[in-house]
Amino acid sequence: MSVLTSTAAERRPARIDFSRPILYGFAAILIVLIVLPLSWLLLYSVTDRAGSLTVENFIRLFSESAFLDPLITTFIIATSSSFLCCAVAAPMGWLVARTDLPMSHVIRALVTASFVTPPFLGAIAWELLAAPNSGLLNKIYRVVTGAPQDEHLFNIYSLTGIIFVISCYTFPYVFVLVANALDRTPGELEDASSILGGKRWYTARRITIPLVLPALIAGALIAFLQAMTLFGSPAILALPAGFHTMTTKIWSLFQYPPKPELAAAASLPLLVLTIILLRAEHMILGRRGYSVVGGKYGTPRLIPLGRGRWPAFALCILVLLNPVFLPYAALLNAAFAPVASHFLTFSTFTLHNIEFVLFELSATKLALRNTVILGTATATIGLLIALVIAYVTARKAVTGHRLLGFLATAPVAIPGIVLGVGLFLSYTRPPFVLYGTLWILLIAFLTISLPSAYQQLQAAFRNIHPELEDASRILGATRLQSLRQITAPLLRTSVIATWCFIFVGVMRELSAAIILFTSETKVISVLIYDLNESGDLGAISVIGIAMLLITFAVVIMVNRIPGFGVTSVRLRT
Amino acid sequence: MHCKQFSRRNILKGTAALTFSAVAVRVAAAPAAQAVTPALIEAARKEGKLAWYTVMDLPVAEKMAKAFEAKYPGIAVRVERSGSERNFQRIAQEYASNIHAVDVINSADAAHFIVWKRDGWLAPYVPEEVARHYPAEHRDPDGCFATSRVWLSSLGYNTNLVKPEDAPKSFADLLDPKWIGKMVKGHPAYSGTIMTATFQTARDLGWGYFEKLAQQKIMQVQSSTDPPKKLALGERAVMADGNDYNLVQLKESGRPVEVVYPTEGTPLIVGPNGIFKAAPNPNAARLFHSWLLSLEMQQFLIDFTGQHSTHELVKEKPGRTPLSKIKLMKDDPAGVEAASEEIKARYSKIFRI
Repeated sequence: MSVLTSTAAERRPARIDFSRPILYGFAAILIVLIVLPLSWLLLYSVTDRAGSLTVENFIRLFSESAFLDPLITTFIIATSSSFLCCAVAAPMGWLVARTDLPMSHVIRALVTASFVTPPFLGAIAWELLAAPNSGLLNKIYRVVTGAPQDEHLFNIYSLTGIIFVISCYTFPYVFVLVANALDRTPGELEDASSILGGKRWYTARRITIPLVLPALIAGALIAFLQAMTLFGSPAILALPAGFHTMTTKIWSLFQYPPKPELAAAASLPLLVLTIILLRAEHMILGRRGYSVVGGKYGTPRLIPLGRGRWPAFALCILVLLNPVFLPYAALLNAAFAPVASHFLTFSTFTLHNIEFVLFELSATKLALRNTVILGTATATIGLLIALVIAYVTARKAVTGHRLLGFLATAPVAIPGIVLGVGLFLSYTRPPFVLYGTLWILLIAFLTISLPSAYQQLQAAFRNIHPELEDASRILGATRLQSLRQITAPLLRTSVIATWCFIFVGVMRELSAAIILFTSETKVISVLIYDLNESGDLGAISVIGIAMLLITFAVVIMVNRIPGFGVTSVRLRT
Repeated sequence: MHCKQFSRRNILKGTAALTFSAVAVRVAAAPAAQAVTPALIEAARKEGKLAWYTVMDLPVAEKMAKAFEAKYPGIAVRVERSGSERNFQRIAQEYASNIHAVDVINSADAAHFIVWKRDGWLAPYVPEEVARHYPAEHRDPDGCFATSRVWLSSLGYNTNLVKPEDAPKSFADLLDPKWIGKMVKGHPAYSGTIMTATFQTARDLGWGYFEKLAQQKIMQVQSSTDPPKKLALGERAVMADGNDYNLVQLKESGRPVEVVYPTEGTPLIVGPNGIFKAAPNPNAARLFHSWLLSLEMQQFLIDFTGQHSTHELVKEKPGRTPLSKIKLMKDDPAGVEAASEEIKARYSKIFRI
């Protein structure tokens, strides 16, 4: 079957006139999007201020402790977060996918909630909860145990604190991969093992674990990358503790007097490491095909937990307290309490912060407007580009479609802050002076959201068999007509979902925006970061809650669309 | 190939240019003082908006913006608040990319006005009240800026966490091991207040003081508005630097904080206000500048924000410590201008951040 359709598809392009212009046009767009910033980045990293070639930047990078320490810190944070995420997400993924855990859809929804919570907002909420002296949890601890004023249970301004907070908002990546892999694992293989006398643990060790291992390792790599390239959480928690990570160091190099050449050089290790790890992920996941050889299986059989059902559920909720319940409660408390570190009571309840944000804070309106404009524009344009490229590659409509597919996925390997530095270097000079306009942010957000949009739509196209289009064309429709009448209606849900998730992704983007914004192109995430630097926690809580409400409205809208699994989408920060 | 204002050679050239322009400017007379005329108000209303880059505590700045909008309806003020050093970098970057967004600038680092004036970025404009009521040392002889407010970078403590008799009285007291892990301070690469205070403290007490302070495991925040807020939250017991006026406001609203003016002298911060030559809303900018320096608003700054004014007609608010009763360190914008890069580099080396 597949052989037949692919030859049919390959025979067609010869007759299509517009295929070449499309290929060249889109390849050109993608090359400008990706290659231009990376070229400037490379060039800057090997030049000095006078513009002559030098390796001085790299010598400084790898000899001065001001750069080496953040590099080591980043490595420790990324490795530990990755382990922690796997340790939490793998058992949870198994419970949700393979056991009769009660209310597993609730658990999935809560994981989605932690997934879409902006990590920088989570970090600020955790400041409110676990700052050593004013943190609400530490206050409770002191009241309960009668410990003296200067004793504390948690200190969020520490290496462990940062690892914990990063893991809170990174573990969903691992969870999704593991749960999806387990959903796909055929139960018959486990049954066969049991029938042949394998004990439960033996079956797990020889069948289940090897089948999920590739997904788990891929999840570990993704978690590592996320933790390594995150900007907001370390900037909020590591700087007060007195140390830098690579991302905060790169950002600090833009303070006056700016040192763009050092920032470029410092960005390269992140870029190289990301590419290496993504190659590794690809190699590992590339092998997963063996698990589905042999046609279609029934849905996996759920393992009864017996009396352990509710304790297991409680355990999951206990884990989800950390990314969802506690931080949201802390934000709500800070939004309505007169002092962010005081517990809200009926007598102290105040709308002061809401009034301030709505009626006094003059940046709110502008930032909100910019965010909505950018979200809408990025989602719409990104969707169109992804749609065309996904169609071309899924239907192999143009020779050279592989190149387009590669280019559309390539930005995955560019961490947000690195892209920010590259775009800054590219568009602050003639002929394209886009700095100071929303265009530069649009380009950044488009580049960042393209890979996941493309992958999602490509998968959607694969699910629609070309036979349907072929039938339409045999009956006399042109290619565009059959696209409009046959393919488009079938794709509608995926298209809407992709649009919404690009939009949500734009709302929580901070690491590229922090390099690229100007006073008139500020977005909500940057505004929140600004407010954190001046210590205005009440205002942050109000804006943060508003941001979460918009995000959830969008996510719920997507969930209403039948047949779409929210958790299959990858968001980046 | 790199942007012009980043190169060291250009900075040196600029310094040379300062010497010459200072001579050239002496010849020209200071511009005539300008009253707020109905024509100016009308022209400002036509522009309908202005962008005020400021470093004042955000709620204070927004409150002032609302007061301006109430007095001159139809002119919207957009407050662009960040640290002085951030704003300095932002404006340099925006101007390098030909973006002229800023109308009025208010900074905590008076040294920045030396640089902007030297680069020819500031528009001379002398409001009538400035010419009449401001002492000569608080207005630029060429009319490019005038002191809009004065405040201090003080010490302070949370009265729930520290008894008055145990509270530090001096910078030297902060080096006591009992304060390890209990202090919070701002960052000179973000805040002009902290930059100015670091310059004065290092000049008077030596860098050795900061080297010892760095051993005390301080909590490093960015803005000089943040240490007072961290005290009010109860997150840290003592602040090693930060705005005294935030503490005054917090104390007067019933929060458990207290200001300490250290016995060695308190760093004095002078915050000028000026208009940019390339301001997109020049008339609104002039109106705002005149209004901010008027007696009405200067008295507002004293009464409601706990800062000080150099307007000769303002009255100190009863119950506050008058500036004359506080031992002050001497401010020196030119000194800060010359040393700012070194201060940032040295600070980040000592505090490793």
